[in-house]
Amino acid sequence: MKVFQSRHRGLLVLALVLALLPLVLPNAFYLDVAIRIALNAIVVIALNLLMGYTGQISLGHAGFYGLGAYASAALTTHFNWPPLAALAAGALATGLLAWALARPVLKLKGHTLAMATLGLGIIISIVINNETRWTGGPDGMPVPSFALAGITVEGETSWYVVAAVLLLLMTWLALNLIDSPVGRALQAIHGSEIAARVAGVDTTRFKVRVFVLSAVVASIAGSVSAHYIGFITPGMAGFFHSIELVTMVVVGGMASVFGSIIGAALLTILPQLLQAFEGWEVVVFGVILMGTMIFLPKGLVPSIAQRLRARRK
Amino acid sequence: MLAQFLQFLYSGMTVGSSYALAALGFTIIYNASGVINFAQGEFIMLGGMLAALMAGAGVPMPLAIVGAVVATAVVGLAMEKAVIEPARNAQVVTLIIITIGASLTIRGLVQIWLGKATHSLAPFSGDTPIQLLGASLLPQSLWVLGVTLAVVGALAWFFGRTLLGKAMLATSHNKLAAQLVGIDTRRVLLLSFGLSALLGAVGGILVAPITYTSYDAGIMLGLKGFVAAVLGGLGGGVGAVAGGLILGVAEAMTAGYISSSYKDAVPFVLILLILFFMPRGLFGAKLSERV
Amino acid sequence: MLTIEHLSKSFGGVHAVQDVSFAVRAGTIHSVIGPNGAGKTTLFNLVSGIYAPTSGRIILKGENVAGMAPDALARRGLSRTFQNLQVCMNMTAIDNVMVGAHLGLNQNLFASMLRLPAVRRRDAECRLEAARLMDFVGVGQYKDADASQMPYGALKRLEIARALAAEPKILLLDEPAAGLNHTETGQIEELIRKVAQSGVTVLLVEHDMKLVMNLSDQLLVLDYGKMLAVGTAAEVRANPDVIAAYLGAPA
Repeated sequence: MKVFQSRHRGLLVLALVLALLPLVLPNAFYLDVAIRIALNAIVVIALNLLMGYTGQISLGHAGFYGLGAYASAALTTHFNWPPLAALAAGALATGLLAWALARPVLKLKGHTLAMATLGLGIIISIVINNETRWTGGPDGMPVPSFALAGITVEGETSWYVVAAVLLLLMTWLALNLIDSPVGRALQAIHGSEIAARVAGVDTTRFKVRVFVLSAVVASIAGSVSAHYIGFITPGMAGFFHSIELVTMVVVGGMASVFGSIIGAALLTILPQLLQAFEGWEVVVFGVILMGTMIFLPKGLVPSIAQRLRARRK
Repeated sequence: MLAQFLQFLYSGMTVGSSYALAALGFTIIYNASGVINFAQGEFIMLGGMLAALMAGAGVPMPLAIVGAVVATAVVGLAMEKAVIEPARNAQVVTLIIITIGASLTIRGLVQIWLGKATHSLAPFSGDTPIQLLGASLLPQSLWVLGVTLAVVGALAWFFGRTLLGKAMLATSHNKLAAQLVGIDTRRVLLLSFGLSALLGAVGGILVAPITYTSYDAGIMLGLKGFVAAVLGGLGGGVGAVAGGLILGVAEAMTAGYISSSYKDAVPFVLILLILFFMPRGLFGAKLSERV
Repeated sequence: MLTIEHLSKSFGGVHAVQDVSFAVRAGTIHSVIGPNGAGKTTLFNLVSGIYAPTSGRIILKGENVAGMAPDALARRGLSRTFQNLQVCMNMTAIDNVMVGAHLGLNQNLFASMLRLPAVRRRDAECRLEAARLMDFVGVGQYKDADASQMPYGALKRLEIARALAAEPKILLLDEPAAGLNHTETGQIEELIRKVAQSGVTVLLVEHDMKLVMNLSDQLLVLDYGKMLAVGTAAEVRANPDVIAAYLGAPA
């Protein structure tokens, strides 16, 4: 079947690219960028499930990411928790918070989730900034390395393997989800919420579930990133980071899993290129956001796919 | 005790007025197009920054103020023409993202051009505090409150009495119907951006002498103005002003009595509370939906 | 099957539906007609759970379902199509139909993410059934197409396929012939007859008189939200009030 083949094909290509990439990259710096791309991509895929497929917008996802990062950092540093337990605790707390927020808000119409996530994201970043005793405040805090059953994950190569495996896993899960009754229900909610309801879809329940799922994934990615980078700052949970994530979704392609990976790649590399030009990073982000929305509102990958399909006819 | 309370009240109402002006800006654009304009905060920042720049370069204060307001209004108009109009038939989500992009661009350009330093504007009538009922009030605060009231009055006249204002109101109630009676809704949208930019700039200039201004002053102001607008119900002027004042006072009280480092969280906690308990805001109209 | 008792709906000062009562027998085709603004779509929206009534009862198979949400009604065997076409243009044609079968499928997030064999199997069955339904309604040639590529008439039939995918006991069709030309209307008439013959009760809102008269076992005529007449096609056609308000005097 058409969908069946294309899904496996995409995953295979991704696996190949991930496997061959370390052989092509000249040094550890590039590997570091690749790891960051992979970790960002995981969040972006999850956010895309919410934005592209279910049609909701979250302006505070960095908050969840930051929660995971700081949960891991604080629990391992101040309370000597094993890293995996800290990660799980962070994910659980984030999930509960997301659920508590989403349930009352998603019953309403319009962009109420956008406003609520905006509020929550900023509250989280303010709390992180202020509670210096636990979080190190504006200066940030170091994060112990990730150790599981005595084995410590260290060095770019090991981390690359971890990141690549996690990315493949997330991609596989997302693709499965889309091509399933739940996935179709989500797309139907975006396409015509009233039609979905009439078909028996409990739209509020699904919207809440996707939101919680995407928040939990963001939290896990935040935890993993925290251990990898080794040092975290409140900016990770900040409004601009939330906007960066939204930009990655939008540029790569709403409702496109592989688009999310491309979007993450492009917009992770971009700040690296622009490091020399202080201040321009913000401008370029802004211009890219506006340009994509005006000229390629569906995002890069879906627009290219559409062009290719038109030419094939 | 009372003096302290009044102190907080005065500063709360002062900053609340600037929120009110921002909220009005949000409300006008929202009513004309359904778009939440995330660049509104940057209009506020531009007003203050441009005025500070011109005054610093020796331009007489009144001219600097007028110049800054006009320039910001032009930026608002340019923004609408350049990035909103090409996408005017897109989904609202798309338009919201465009405004986010615009806010980043404006802020980034100001940062590059004017640097990260804070600038200040001279208070309009000196900075000797006035003693009122035991607490001191900055003369600038009276300017802020006074001008805000005047602006609200002017807007009420504009929307209630002038043809153009009524056309804008009509568009906000029902765009299609407005088009059908010959109102050029594209021009209404353009004007709404220009007007909101103007209001934002006025607000920015009014508070710059009190709070200083810098390239990133717009973010928080914009977001808080947005919260004030939602609090007021995103419907009309009264709501926006009420929302702004309430927010300002709530913030000041929190900073004074609870914790000043969590002052900035107040608007966002408020917006969550509103969404949970009063999603239509204080003055939002009850709507029934047609399928 | 469906009994409406003294149903009323007001929007502020507008009394869209006033004290309407009628009964729909299982396995029949029951039409609601009336001039524009008579309250037909409001009535539909009341029955399908989009509006809650101001007063009155809606008895579906013995249960009062007035005010229940559309998805609760779907679970009770009620399905509908829309006058202004609510097809998900962001999905393929067959996916649209498969959404209709949602209630019969696994709704667990984790099972879907892990693509458990049970989910896969049921999905494949669902896809076959959806294809069969697309053939049944006459849009079989669009099985591999996106919804956005289909012409208007085909989309109307796709919506019916989606509604049928839910295996409803009663199907509400809101102006199924709206916007269709003569040939297409004839095809829709055939389709509706096929649907009724397969055992589904049909409640129909339509302006096309010929279609209505040909198909209906019972008619309900509404005017300004109030009931004007109820009966068979012949009875209603002969009713002087109906003629005066709606059909026009005989030539």
